[in-house]
Parts: sequence; C-alpha cells; structure tokens
Amino acid sequence: MTSEAASAPAQEHHDVRPVRKAAMWVFLGSECMFFGSMIATFLLYRNQTGGGPGADIFNLGFTSVSSFVLLMSSLTMVLAHNAFTNSDARGTRIWLAATALLGITFLAGQIFEFTDFVREGLTISGSSFGSAFFMLTGFHGGHVALGVVMLLAMLYLSFDGRLYDDHGLNVELVGLYWHFVDIVWIVIFTVVYLLQI
Amino acid sequence: MAQATTTKTTAKRHPTPALYWGIAIFLAAVTGMEISVPNIDIPDAVKVPLLIVLGAIKFAVVVMFFMHLRYDKKLYRNLFLFGVIGVIPLFTVVLLAMHAFT
Repeated sequence: MTSEAASAPAQEHHDVRPVRKAAMWVFLGSECMFFGSMIATFLLYRNQTGGGPGADIFNLGFTSVSSFVLLMSSLTMVLAHNAFTNSDARGTRIWLAATALLGITFLAGQIFEFTDFVREGLTISGSSFGSAFFMLTGFHGGHVALGVVMLLAMLYLSFDGRLYDDHGLNVELVGLYWHFVDIVWIVIFTVVYLLQI
Repeated sequence: MAQATTTKTTAKRHPTPALYWGIAIFLAAVTGMEISVPNIDIPDAVKVPLLIVLGAIKFAVVVMFFMHLRYDKKLYRNLFLFGVIGVIPLFTVVLLAMHAFT
C-alpha cells in the first residue's frame, strides 16, 4: 500500500497518454475546420466551370464503390485495434494489412478518376470548379496516403516485434486518424458527388 | 493501479467485433440508400435534406462506435465537437453568400 502510494504520483506524472489522446482530438477538431473551409470553397465555386466540364462528368457508380471501400476500411481498422487490445498479434497484422490494402485501393481509384477527369478536360487550372474540386479531393487523398504510411509502419513494427502491448494508444491514435479520413470522405461524397448530380 | 482499473473499465465498455460487423452492415445499407436517392424521382426539396440526413447518420455512427466517442471521456467528445460545430457558422456564411436562403 505504501509503495503503491509512493509510486502513484510518479506514475501519474509520467502517464501522458490522456494528454496525447486529447491532443489527437484537438487535431481532428482543427482538421474539421480545415476540410470545412475547403468544402465551403467548393460550394462557392461549384457552378464556375468556365465553360468546361463540371459535375456532369462524375461517375457516381465508380465513386460509390470507392466510398464503400473506404467505409469498410474503418471496419478493418477497428477490428485491428480490437485484436491488438486482446493481444492477438496475428489478427492485428491481418486487419492492419487489410486496412492498408483498402486504403491503397481507394487511392488507386482516385488516381484513375483524376486521370479520367483530366482527359475529359477538367484540370486544376482550367476553372474555379476544377481548382476547388482537385484541392479538396486531392488534400483528402493526401491524408489517406499519410494514413496508409502509418498503417504500413505499424505493420512493419508488428512483424519486427517492436509493437508491444503498451503501444495500444499508438494503434488507437492511428485508428482515430484513419476513421477521421473516412468521415471526411462521407461528407465529401455527399456534398461534392451526390448533391451535385 | 488506478491506471489498470481505468483500462479494465474502458475495455469492458467497448463494443464487440460482432457489433462492429453489424455497424458495418448498417453503414453499407445507408450507403446503398444514398446512392439510390439521386435516381429516385422526387423533388430536390426532399432529395437534398434526405442525402444530408443519411450522410449525417453515417458520420455520427462512425464517430460514436468506430472512434469510440460514445464510450470515451466527455473531454474528447467536447474537443471534437468544438471543431465540428465551428464548421456550421462557416457553412452558413457560404450559403448566405450564395443566396441559398433567398
């Protein structure tokens, strides 16, 4: 009891996990403002196509599949975190790899979509609509790419035997970032694609 | 010891994989509804709010269950809500500038 009482203040002093998690939530809150301003900009310029192509060239079927892929990656991410919490190393690796793979699939779809749009005349410098569209979806794609890098880093650490039980918060923070990327796409998919068609 | 108790309590309250799968199926169903809305012959006055509500449901479900905000400290919820609510005046200004309310 005495030793517990003596070690408690030291432990509290060194336990920065709640602070790190709170910092992540502050970061995600600020990211909401960031993407919110970009979505607002897109809404402002959505009709300023400068005579070029606009939302009419969107392929809703293709983007719906991409959206579904990213949505399901949130499931695999939460299952990876759940497996890690239960000290299931194999499950953690499987679900982390699945999440990274789904993220890469989403990115591949976005690259294909961008290439197709450019071929049809929608470019970042061609019109205000093009600038706003590519900036918004491009920045989101950049966030997904960063998330994939973090997932692959986690996977590497796991295979290398350097992802220990007390790294649960690291996995959770990567998961929070990944889910955030997913919820941003939920908004982008609704505002940019579904509401424009 | 306090730390161990907190971890135990948090783990106990978190959802099970079965619930995660159920939520994923629900999200897939809502996405299916979203995709079908533009093809349904209904007025835009109904279509637009419907799509916004469906998107908001997906957003809230992911945040509450996958991001565990429903089970976590209120502080985290408030920190995130500060950012989310901050977007509302931003959008209002944009919509006013676009004369969306006139």
